[in-house]
Amino acid sequence: MSDQATPLLEVRGVAKHYGPVVALRSADLSVSAGEVHALLGANGAGKSTLVKCLTGVTRPDSGTITMTGRATRARSPMHAARLGLSPVFQDPALVPDLTVAQNLRLTGSSVDAVRSQLAAMDLKVSFRELVGDLPLPILRMLDLARALTHDPQLLILDEITAALPSDLAERVFDVMRGRRERGRSVLFITHRLAEVIATSDRATILRDGRDVGTMVPQEGGEARIVEIMLGPEAARAEAEASERDEAKLPQAQAEAAAEAPAVLEVDDLQVGGVRGISFTLRRGEVLGLAALEGQGQDELFEALAGQRKLEGGELRVAGKAFRPRHPYDAIRRKVVLVPPDRLLALLPQRSVRENVAAPLYNTPLRWGPINMREEGRRVQGAVDALHIDMRAARQVRRLSGGNQQKVTIARWLASGFAALLCNDPTRGIDVGTKRQVYALLRELANDGGAILFFSSELAEFPLVCDRVLTIYGGRVTAELVGAAADEGTLLQAMHGLELDEAVA
Amino acid sequence: MTTVPAETAALEFRGAAPWRRALRLHGWTIAVWLVLIAMVPYWRSLSEQDFKFDLQALAIDALPLCFAAMAQAVVVISGGIDLSIGSLMGVINVLSAREMVDMSFRQALAFSLLLLVLAALASGFTGLIITLTRIPDIVVTLGMLFVWQGVALWIMEIPGGGVPIDFSDLALGNVGSTVIPKAGVAVFAALLLLWVPLRWLRPGLALYAIGSNRNSAYLSGISVARTRVGAYLLAGLFTGLGGLALSASSGIGDPNSGTTYTLNSVAAVVLGGVSLLGGVGGLIGVIAAAYVLTLSKIILLLRGTDPNYANVYQGALIILVVVIGGLLTRKTRS
Repeated sequence: MSDQATPLLEVRGVAKHYGPVVALRSADLSVSAGEVHALLGANGAGKSTLVKCLTGVTRPDSGTITMTGRATRARSPMHAARLGLSPVFQDPALVPDLTVAQNLRLTGSSVDAVRSQLAAMDLKVSFRELVGDLPLPILRMLDLARALTHDPQLLILDEITAALPSDLAERVFDVMRGRRERGRSVLFITHRLAEVIATSDRATILRDGRDVGTMVPQEGGEARIVEIMLGPEAARAEAEASERDEAKLPQAQAEAAAEAPAVLEVDDLQVGGVRGISFTLRRGEVLGLAALEGQGQDELFEALAGQRKLEGGELRVAGKAFRPRHPYDAIRRKVVLVPPDRLLALLPQRSVRENVAAPLYNTPLRWGPINMREEGRRVQGAVDALHIDMRAARQVRRLSGGNQQKVTIARWLASGFAALLCNDPTRGIDVGTKRQVYALLRELANDGGAILFFSSELAEFPLVCDRVLTIYGGRVTAELVGAAADEGTLLQAMHGLELDEAVA
Repeated sequence: MTTVPAETAALEFRGAAPWRRALRLHGWTIAVWLVLIAMVPYWRSLSEQDFKFDLQALAIDALPLCFAAMAQAVVVISGGIDLSIGSLMGVINVLSAREMVDMSFRQALAFSLLLLVLAALASGFTGLIITLTRIPDIVVTLGMLFVWQGVALWIMEIPGGGVPIDFSDLALGNVGSTVIPKAGVAVFAALLLLWVPLRWLRPGLALYAIGSNRNSAYLSGISVARTRVGAYLLAGLFTGLGGLALSASSGIGDPNSGTTYTLNSVAAVVLGGVSLLGGVGGLIGVIAAAYVLTLSKIILLLRGTDPNYANVYQGALIILVVVIGGLLTRKTRS
C-alpha cells in the first residue's frame, strides 16, 4: 500500500525552452492515485510541452518528475509506457501505410488485448484494414485501446475529444470513469470545459508556461475556470466583450433574417454520403449544421466549395445556377471555405500578409504589378478586425492554432465574400480565441454576410447560430431555432431520433 | 418523446471489401509481372535464338539492375533516395576485378563476402552522415556519388582486371540442364535470404513505418535514426551484390560501369510500384520492373531501333505505365 499522502505523479518546476521561445517556465502538477485530473490552458500555455516532457518526447531543461515518490525521467514514449505513463497523443501514433495489425506488431502490443479493449468500448474494427483508410475518430479510439492494454497507472489523453463526435467522446468518458474505479489515474487535456466539469476530480490550469491554479471544477464551474485561465484582466475584458455581443443579438433579428434575400440555395443535393439535402442560406444569418462524424457534412462542404463534383441536385448563388468545378469557381461567386484542417488552407512557410492576400491574386490573366498599398490596407484591415497576433507573422506555421485559424478567416475578410462556409472553425483552439471567433461570426452576419457553420462542439450552436440543421445519414433530420438548440435536443436529432413537437 | 439517445450503441467500422484491399496492396506488383509476361510472346516472335539461351541472356543482362533496384527500393521505402548506388557498384566492380584476377575460386568467394561487408558499411556510413547531420538524403547521396566515382577511378584508371572463370560461372549458364538461368536464381535467393524474413519481422515493419510517417513511427517507439541507417546498410548489401554481378557478368572491372544504374534503379523502383514518398510497395514488383526495363531494351535492339531512339521509347514506357497505374490505383481507391 502506498502512502495516502504521496501522489502518484508529482511534477515540480518543470521548464522547457525551444531556442529563445519559452514553452514552459515552471510548472507544478500533482495527480493522486484514482483521480481524473484535467490539465487546462489556452493555446500556447504549455500543456502539450508538459505532456511531451512527461512522456519522454522531449527532455525538460530543469525540474523534477516523480512517480509514487521515485524520480522518473522517461527517455521515449515507449519507456514512459513501461514506467506506467501511457500517452494518447494529439497526433495519431499509427503509421498510415501499415495495417492495424502490423501497427500493433510494431509496438509489440497484443492483438487480443487491443481487441478486447475495443470490445469494452463497443467498437469493432477490422485489424486487416490499412490505417490510412480509417477515419480519424476511429484512429483515436485505436490509440486509446492500445494505450489501455498497458493498464497504465497514469493514462494521458492529449485533446483526444477534439476530433471525436459526441457518441465516441462519451465512450472515452466511460473509460475514464472505469480507470478511476480501478484506482488508476487519468490526465485529461481538453479545451471543452463542459467535459472537464462532467468528468474530472480536479483541474490544474496553465497560463504562459506556469501553473496558475488547481481547483475542483464542479466548484465555480466554467466561469471560474475561464477566469483563472485568462488571468484577471483578460477575463474582465472578455466579459465585457460577451456582454456587448449579447446586446447585439436582439431576438427580433431571427425573424427579420427569414425575410432576407437568399445567398446560397441548396436543392436536393447529392454527393458522396449526402443523400438529398436542401436548405437556404440567407443574408445576415449564421446557419448551423450539427452532425455526428461522417454523416455527409464534409462532402457537403467540399461540394459547396467546388472541391467535389455534384452527383445530383442543384445549387444557386444569389438566385443564379451555381455548378463549381474548382474552388476558383466558388471563390469567384464569393462562396468561400474555412476548412477543418487549417494547414490545408494556409501557405505555412509564408507570411501572414501573403496568406491573407493570396485570394486577391487568383486571376492569373490579370497582369501588371501588385498594388502593394491596396494590399497592405486590406490585409491590415482584416488583421485588425481579427486581432491577429503579429509577433510571429513572418511564417504562418509559427503561429498558434488559434491565430492560424484567424488567418484563414482573415483572407476572406480581405477579399470579400457572400457566403462563408466554416467547417469546424473552432477545432483545437483555446477558449479565449473561440469567443473571439463566435463574436466575429456574429458580427460578419450582422454586417450582411451569410455563414454556414459546422461544429463538433454542440455547446457552440446556441451561442452562434440563428438556425441549426441536424444531419443524419446524409439527410436533414431537424431544423431548430438557434436559441433552442441545446445539447440534449441536438444529440437526439443528430442520432436521427424523432423530436418532441414543442422543441422542433 | 424526449428520451436520451442510447449512448453506447455498438459501432462497427467496415472498410473496403477484402478483394479490393488486396488489389490495392498487391495490385501493382501483379500488374508489373503481367506486363512482363505479356512482353514475352512479342519478344519470342522477334528473336530467332533458342528460348533457353535468350532467357539466360536476359537474366544476366538484368542481374546488376535487379540488385541496384532492390537496393534503391529499400532506401525509397524508408523514405529516402540513394543516388550513390551506381557509383558504389562501380567501386565494388573495380575492386573485385583488380584483386580477384589472380585468385583461386575459393579465395574469390571469400573476398566477395568481404566486399559485401565493405559495401554495406560504406552505404551505412552514408546513412549515418544523413541521420547525424539531418541533411536531406538526396544531397548527401549526390555527394557520395562523386566520392565513389573518384574512388573507382583511383582504384582502376582504365578498364581491366578480371575474375576467376568459376566465379563468372556463378551467374552464367543454367541450373543443371533446366531452362532456369542461374542469374535469375541469384536474384530470388537474395530476395528470400535478405528481404522476406525481414519483411515479416519488426525491423521490416519499422522500415515501412518510418517511410510512411516519421512522427507516427517515433511515437510508436521506433528509433527512426537507427532504422534509417539500417536501411542504408541493407541497401549497401544489395549494392555490393550488384557490383559483384557486374564483375561476374562482364568478367572485367570498369570504373564507369556503374554510372547508368543509379537512375535506372530509380526508374525500376517507380515502375515497380514503390512510392517515392516512401512506405509503399515491395521488392517483388521492383524485380519485375527491372526485367521489364531490360527486356524492353532487348526488344528494341531486336527490332533494329536506333539505340538513341530506344532511350526515348523506354522513357515514354515508364511514364505511360506509371500514369496508367496511377489512374487505376485511383479507381480502386474510390
